[in-house]
Amino acid sequence: MRLVELASTIRSKNAGVDHVTFDVICRDRGNFERVRDSGALNPRAVARLFGVAEDRVTDFVVFEPANAIKFTIRRLRPSGSMGESDLFGSQQYAPLFDVEIP
Amino acid sequence: MKTVRIVTPTGHLGTTPLEKASFERGCAASPDFIVADSGSADIGPYPLGADRAASDEVWQRHDIEAMLVAARRLGIPLILGSASDTGTDRGVDQYVRLCREIAAGHRLGPFRLAAIHSEIPVDEIRRRFKDGAPIRGLNGRPDGDAATLDRTDRIVAVMGTEPIRDALAAGAEVIIAGRSSDCAIFAAPLLEAGHSAADAFFCGKAMECASFCAEPFMGKETILGRVDGSGVYLTAMHPGQRCTPASVASHAMYERLNPFREYVPGGYLDMTHCRYEQVDDKTTRVTGQTFVPSPTTWIKLEGAGKVAERALFICGIRDPYTIANLDRAIEWARGKLRERFGPIGQGYDVFYHVYGRDAVMQGMEPTPARAPLEVGIVVEVVCDDAARAETICHIAGKNLFYARLPDVKGTAGTAAIMSDEVLHARAAYEWTLNHVIEVADPRELFRTRFETIGDGGGA
Repeated sequence: MRLVELASTIRSKNAGVDHVTFDVICRDRGNFERVRDSGALNPRAVARLFGVAEDRVTDFVVFEPANAIKFTIRRLRPSGSMGESDLFGSQQYAPLFDVEIP
Repeated sequence: MKTVRIVTPTGHLGTTPLEKASFERGCAASPDFIVADSGSADIGPYPLGADRAASDEVWQRHDIEAMLVAARRLGIPLILGSASDTGTDRGVDQYVRLCREIAAGHRLGPFRLAAIHSEIPVDEIRRRFKDGAPIRGLNGRPDGDAATLDRTDRIVAVMGTEPIRDALAAGAEVIIAGRSSDCAIFAAPLLEAGHSAADAFFCGKAMECASFCAEPFMGKETILGRVDGSGVYLTAMHPGQRCTPASVASHAMYERLNPFREYVPGGYLDMTHCRYEQVDDKTTRVTGQTFVPSPTTWIKLEGAGKVAERALFICGIRDPYTIANLDRAIEWARGKLRERFGPIGQGYDVFYHVYGRDAVMQGMEPTPARAPLEVGIVVEVVCDDAARAETICHIAGKNLFYARLPDVKGTAGTAAIMSDEVLHARAAYEWTLNHVIEVADPRELFRTRFETIGDGGGA
């Protein structure tokens, strides 16, 4: 099943000026456990998905109280630098929709 | 311990107007304080560097008027943090002026206002650095040095609770604070009432974006926070919104690197063992948070500096052959720039933002391009000199109209031009400082000035 069918929220947003953070939140505990236990989301997998070096994935956390998985990617340049495409980092999450969760 | 109730009607005062109905409901719930954050680093480095508000004064005035008039009617303190988006001296002075004008317009009785300034001259940080104070980079940023400061036009220090507590203790009824830690403006009155740092900072962390901690998603609606020694209680004031364990917990992780820790001057809030319980239909109680003090105090510095002037040109392309060969068309236009102005990146730079393809995600876009029906292209040119940026941008944009591709059918123009003009854009700035500096006293970078506003005369 695709992640977009299991998660109620998939979002991205600046976390400070040097990072974009991604939240995958499941409304349902069962869906959350399925995503968590599938191993489809891990630092290496998200680095590969977004085509970034793995050391740019600075945080990867399973956040049980919110039925959520959260990870953070370091920007190449601070937000709002020249050539900026997404000042708030708010439209970087869409590729997560199609991650296949076994 | 005294129960303290705080209402907040907006997560960023001034961006769009607060919603009055839920704010009035919050004001009817016997609040002890009205608190709102007005700042954000999300708006980019320009407002701080150029010292201009990102929000429109009409909406800033709207929100301050609603809150100030309510606070004076209820006889409770009002605390506004990170005045006018950036918290520079300009921002603090602007909000103080708005308070004076609103007080005069409503003939408010006299009240004591504390203005807390947090802008720091670059030379002051330079002096501290020369005296051996390290400027430590946050979250993987390299430490700052003399060159970092040379690239910086303006700095604000981010205050914790101490200057705000001092102002409350000295009898301030309205506090206009410069750049402040979002959660500190909520935590200050709670600490002043004797509540634990854990509850005070958690309450602030949960409330800083107002109704974002409730569900369903709505902005600018009022949240009531209550702290009574048995936990932090969060209640949505909009009839259609609820604070639930899921909504409060998911807000705890919002726009932060890590959902378990919130750093403030003097320590961090640890949310690892938080328990979230629904206590009534609209209220969630949170317990289990702890506060871990640190032996030293580090104050965050935000700094921005100007990089170059900027110009923009907008066009679109519909021809499927040109779209399929877009990189060649852009490369042709870039070649014409090199011919005229020398190597790109030396003295000027150009960015082709191709909407419809990869403008939004650029290098992080994993999806193979499908041929879009149309693309929109924003051409961005940066250069030290504004007139030269416009000159270069004119060529950088118009050469998409003259792009030479071998099999193009449309020989009357290879781009649709929305308006044949180069748009003068705001200068390009960069975030130069996202650092911390050690201080002996968490108050030493901040300056508080009191004044009495309003002479009453009615109302």
